[in-house]
Amino acid sequence: MSQDEDVQLFETEAGELLDDMEQSLLQLENNPGDMDHINSVFRAAHTIKGSAGLFAYEALIGFTHGVESVLDRVRAGELAISQELLSLLLSCRDVMGQLVDAAVAGHDGGSAEVQQKGRALSAQLDTYLEDSLQVPEPHLAASDENPGRESVPADTAQGDYWHISIRFGHDVLRNGMDPQSFIRYLGTQGDIVSLVTLWDEMPAAEYMDPESCYLAFEIEFDTDLNKLAIEEIFQFVIDDCRLRILPPLTKLPQYQAVIEETDTDEQQRLGEILVKSGATTSREIDEALQQQTTTQTNSEPDEPIGKVLLREGVVLPEVIETAVAKQKQVRENQALANKSIRVSADKLEQLIDLVGELVISSANTRLLGDRTRDTALIESLENMSRLVEDIRDTGLGLRMVPIGETFNRFRRVVRDVSQSMGKDIELELSGSDKELDKTVVEKIGDPLMHLVRNAIDHGIESAETRQENNKPARGKLKLNAYHDSGSIVIEVEDDGGGLPRDKILDKARQLGLVSPNQSLSDQEVYRLIFEPGFSTAEQVTNISGRGVGMDVVRRNIEALRGQVDVESRPGKGSRFSIRLPLTLAIIDGFLVRVGDASYVIPLDMVEECVELPAHANDDQANEYINLRGEVLPFIHLGELFRETGGRSRRENIVVTSFAGQKAGLVVDELLGEYQTVIKPLGKIFSHLEGVSGATILGSGEVAMIIDVPELIQRVAMNGNRRIRDGVEMPSMLAH
Amino acid sequence: MAQVAEQNYTEADPNADQNQFLTFTLGGEVYAIEILSIREIIDYGNLTTVPMMPAFIRGVINLRGSVVPVVDLAARFDGEPAGITKRTGIIIIEIPDGETTLNIGAIVDGVNEVLEIPPGDIEPAPSFGARIRTDFIKGMGKVDGKFLVLLDVANVLSIDELSLLDEVQHQAQPETPTETALSEPSGEGI
Repeated sequence: MSQDEDVQLFETEAGELLDDMEQSLLQLENNPGDMDHINSVFRAAHTIKGSAGLFAYEALIGFTHGVESVLDRVRAGELAISQELLSLLLSCRDVMGQLVDAAVAGHDGGSAEVQQKGRALSAQLDTYLEDSLQVPEPHLAASDENPGRESVPADTAQGDYWHISIRFGHDVLRNGMDPQSFIRYLGTQGDIVSLVTLWDEMPAAEYMDPESCYLAFEIEFDTDLNKLAIEEIFQFVIDDCRLRILPPLTKLPQYQAVIEETDTDEQQRLGEILVKSGATTSREIDEALQQQTTTQTNSEPDEPIGKVLLREGVVLPEVIETAVAKQKQVRENQALANKSIRVSADKLEQLIDLVGELVISSANTRLLGDRTRDTALIESLENMSRLVEDIRDTGLGLRMVPIGETFNRFRRVVRDVSQSMGKDIELELSGSDKELDKTVVEKIGDPLMHLVRNAIDHGIESAETRQENNKPARGKLKLNAYHDSGSIVIEVEDDGGGLPRDKILDKARQLGLVSPNQSLSDQEVYRLIFEPGFSTAEQVTNISGRGVGMDVVRRNIEALRGQVDVESRPGKGSRFSIRLPLTLAIIDGFLVRVGDASYVIPLDMVEECVELPAHANDDQANEYINLRGEVLPFIHLGELFRETGGRSRRENIVVTSFAGQKAGLVVDELLGEYQTVIKPLGKIFSHLEGVSGATILGSGEVAMIIDVPELIQRVAMNGNRRIRDGVEMPSMLAH
Repeated sequence: MAQVAEQNYTEADPNADQNQFLTFTLGGEVYAIEILSIREIIDYGNLTTVPMMPAFIRGVINLRGSVVPVVDLAARFDGEPAGITKRTGIIIIEIPDGETTLNIGAIVDGVNEVLEIPPGDIEPAPSFGARIRTDFIKGMGKVDGKFLVLLDVANVLSIDELSLLDEVQHQAQPETPTETALSEPSGEGI
């Protein structure tokens, strides 16, 4: 591994750990005593410090050390989680993030601003540490259960230390690792009480390879760290050395206590119990398991893992006994490991592009095949197309990520923004498991952020107003996601005062967006907030916007081929719903012919196809038919698009459905399903409504992809010129 | 011989390229475009119309896998769509757009030749009197004692203007776009 790759790995790892840390801190807010989350926060800080040590990022190490010390006290139960402490820790997390970025970018320590922030936070952290010095004694007494890890060497001077035995592999030096740096780093994590260097492996001078490492160390180590943390110090050579860590004897009762306290409901294996108690690390168990399988063949068939662990000297017999006893109470259970592989986004992108080309070329092959009328060939091509379809779905599936990660980011936002405004707001998330394309997820963050901030800022009222109106003082903000006919709908809902209809209307009249005597439905009024012009000036309420207006939100969402809508009830709250396609690259389409041209209708929206009754084609006839008792309005695509060329005698209606609304599209011919690789139409067509993009057919011809919702909206608008004149023509403003 | 050598030299000189222009005919008139902004020239064909667009946006073509819009220059200049003949061609022109370039096709009646016009032979555009909008003209090239219009492709195929025109057209529907609507895109103030 090159240095660059190491740094990159460090950056990714630190990023993930910082995310975990943030999530856990936010969880702690509701559940201040949750040990799992406290441990996870500590682990994050500790691991970051450890990895930073390998790269000698001094500023990061120094700062994180302070954070870790405070966390350690929390973990030991010496400090209670308070709102202030959580805020402080969250700020610390941010500074850690900035320090990581700075360190990775090559200037450890970061900008003067970051350094100053860091110093201020460190000072605050120190106040939490000072407390401990005032009450040192009582904690030591209680150290059987929660040993005072923060305590300084004096109290551990009982000659009871960790014993670390490490034998470096021969290739350690060749792999660019220096044993010395690990020992040095170990020294920063505690006291090396004694260190014996063993060189019994060192061969005679003539056989010695100067590039090989023959060293081994036996170390007595005094530290507050747990076993896993000590093991992590050696993380980078772990595959290259034989590492044994034996805990100090005083740890024994602690391990046993933890094992006994473990939930009896959980079914665990011996190894897991041991790992959970901190007596062993999972790596040691893995090694032992391997040993177990290799010995199985030549010695006794079933050597229990406990024995292997004992023989390997990684764990003390007393601990094993307790654990075995514990295990008897619970049944065995297979742990399901969540396995994953990290792949660079570029490679994935490339794969998706290739799949796109494959889809086009397979369409072409099928087209040619159909012409030959060779049934065997056509059948084989059918098979191939099915496979290509599967590849496409699987390929696109690789890019699908759950929306939950994006949602979780908002916990912090809601917390910070609501606090800074003095509001008490609860965030409720649902549908976090719904998946959508990574590129969409990345781009939806900003618009969502704006909607969430708006909801906190303008939507939810202050606690006093809420109480006056007989509402709970605590505001509620909901983020929800669900799938609906090939799209994903993301909702941002608040239980605030709703949109101020009259103020919006006044403002729109001031801006000339609506003529004074025009009467609009509530829905039409609410939609006005997405008009440009509402953003730049002062907002409807006086707390001003943040540079991005609702029109930008709408534009961003439309750029993703999505739509945004708003519902609002006075006094009850408002709900913004964003409807987005699941993917931006390839869709299942339905190919139709209109005049001489081919068009693609997204298949998710196609309900059925029916023949257009002959009488419905009269010029005077109403543009709707009776579809099994339902009124189905339809649009003549040929007329709307002014396509020339032969109208077929038997026209068809493609019945589309979108967000519960049905509409028919009259076409000349139905050509069947078609896998559609979406090609952007380019800037020139950015204002084109009713067409969302283009695709290249197997014949090389370009076909337009119909944007059904937009088309229907446009036609519906046309029937209502009054609104169009007022709202849709900003050019009127100029005159 | 000496003359040939000299010509070879000028062709290799990168600065010389800037003086080279492709001439083409359009509605009986000869125009020229700087050769540096031209990507390629293809035959007219396989064009897909895009619905609800003004007449001068003829449609799109598939240029080796990417979708490229095609503009009818004749319609852009005086509103009369170009007739399609055997000689009709599409010049693919690269228009800078921020950091990238966009390809736009322009329909012409026929492509003529590549000419070299030294900067000294280029006169500024007349303030009036030309058949097309003044800002479409980059200059007037003097060739064999006659003037020929050097087009300013960035203005003729201005992406901002083309997309805005589309909007104006859009709102003026179902009426066809009028000359005024085309020349002053009033929606600009949004």
